Amino acid sequence: MRARSQPGRSIAAHAILIAYTLIALFPVWVIVINSFKSRRAIFAQPLAIPTPETWDLVGYTTVLENGDFFGYFLNSLTVTVASLFFVLLFGAMAAFALSEYRFRGNMLVGLYLALGIMIPIRLGTVAILQMMVAAGLVNTLTALILVYTAQGLPLAVFILSEFMRNVSDDLKNAGRMDGLSEYAIFFRLVLPLVRPAMATVAVFTMIPIWNDLWFPLILAPSEDTKTITLGSQVFIGQFVTNWNAVLAALSLAIVPVLILYLIFSRQLIRGITAGAVK
Amino acid sequence: MGSLELRNVTKVFGKTEIIKGIDLSVKDGEFVVFVGPSGCGKSTLLRMIAGLEDVTSGAVVLDGQDVTAVAPAKRGIAMVFQSYALYPHLTVRDNMGLALRQAGAPRSEIAQAVGRASAMLALDPYLERRPAELSGGQRQRVAIGRAIVRTPSLFLFDEPLSNLDAALRVATRIEIARLHRELGATMIYVTHDQVEAMTLADRIVVLRAGQVEQVGRPMELYNDPANTFVAGFIGSPRMNFLKGAALGESADTVGVRPEHLAISRQGNAIPGTVSHVEKLGGETLVYVRSEVHGLLTVRLFGEQDFSVDEAVQLTPEPPRSLRFDAAGRRLR
Repeated sequence: MRARSQPGRSIAAHAILIAYTLIALFPVWVIVINSFKSRRAIFAQPLAIPTPETWDLVGYTTVLENGDFFGYFLNSLTVTVASLFFVLLFGAMAAFALSEYRFRGNMLVGLYLALGIMIPIRLGTVAILQMMVAAGLVNTLTALILVYTAQGLPLAVFILSEFMRNVSDDLKNAGRMDGLSEYAIFFRLVLPLVRPAMATVAVFTMIPIWNDLWFPLILAPSEDTKTITLGSQVFIGQFVTNWNAVLAALSLAIVPVLILYLIFSRQLIRGITAGAVK
Repeated sequence: MGSLELRNVTKVFGKTEIIKGIDLSVKDGEFVVFVGPSGCGKSTLLRMIAGLEDVTSGAVVLDGQDVTAVAPAKRGIAMVFQSYALYPHLTVRDNMGLALRQAGAPRSEIAQAVGRASAMLALDPYLERRPAELSGGQRQRVAIGRAIVRTPSLFLFDEPLSNLDAALRVATRIEIARLHRELGATMIYVTHDQVEAMTLADRIVVLRAGQVEQVGRPMELYNDPANTFVAGFIGSPRMNFLKGAALGESADTVGVRPEHLAISRQGNAIPGTVSHVEKLGGETLVYVRSEVHGLLTVRLFGEQDFSVDEAVQLTPEPPRSLRFDAAGRRLR
């Protein structure tokens, strides 16, 4: 649909949007171009794009030679995808129960679950660490997956239950009349209809998990369970920082999350504008 | 095979009593319409029959068997919803066949049943389409088709015509009446539109605030209403209620239908002034404001000329007047 406003206003709006895009992309751009430059060039002209003289892949070679970088990658991917799966599954199930069934304490349970949005999970780090030690889960990816699932659930339940309330009651009742079980109604009727909301939740859940340094550092710092964000830290020393390697590692770390984002983004836009355009 | 009996069923939400003890029996093959203003509990009652709402107390009996605790799909009931409620990701064919597939019917039987229903409703060209590619009328036909495919003993309709435009509503109404004749199945139909109720029903159940006000054939309710609520609800335009005392009657209220009120320019019956005239071609509705009785409606045959602010006299036809007491009950 084309806006019918004056061209002046739409130019202004686009100027603001483009300016914002440039500001948001600038740090990413600087990281990526500098990852291809020699150390001297990074410090001499940090904003220059790489030229044949300054072109240097030493950062990438260091990253690939030092440490088990593919292992870190795989750890990050495992943790993110598994947490995402559990957040979406349990979040959607809880949201369905809260929005569909009338039971005593429905409101209270909903509020309790939403509290997690406001209270940062890191406040409980000490208790979480004690629990993980007691359960023998320190230095396992399971520990991270459990924590991230808990971290992602409140927002997921909150957003999804809002969307599920909007799914027509008649449709669910028609399913019941046709002999679909409650599980079939959930998986086959409701989930496909809230897919845009699921994508929104997926993106909001995925990015903080991928970028997190705190919990990998505390719960799973061993060589076997390091995530990519933690793995990149080996190049940041107390006295010397290997900037080529750090920049190369960060550039590489952007790729998978970018791919996941592209997969969800088409759905995401529909999720954000759902209800606005009907 | 499709008789239904409600035995003193009630429904309570929290502290609010939505359905206050309803007894009703519907014979096999009957077309019964639940009618009432919004919020009277007619849709809730229908959902209770379907099994989509729990019954707080009382029993729902289908073909002599108590099904109060039976799951909706096991009751042998099909339901058509106001919002069509088609499965958006399935084609028309799959929408219609889903219930049989869930019940584990063989493929050939499903195809046959879908074919029969689609022929009945002229849906053949649309079988491979998704609901989003259909018009409102077509969607409602698919929803009806989905009900027919299951060959249920009891059909439930929850305001199925409310989302259609006026022309389509008449056409679909006739279609539903034809289906009822052809299938011979029991049908229960909920509406707030008394025209639908009058034209479709074998029997009408008038509900108000969770209670049955009156049950009867359309003409029984029209000619012989039990109280002022039914008298006012059935019939369009609405019945006029005159103050008994002003007419020298012993009754509190006298009800006169708009067509039983004579209008003239002379005489000394009930004086009033014309406040509005609606000419519909076949009939003319004259709204007359009376000092004593308020706004009254007169229905005249054909085209009649009355102008606004004209002084007129109204005369009720005595044998057609209905008398009610102060509580609204009919005096016979």
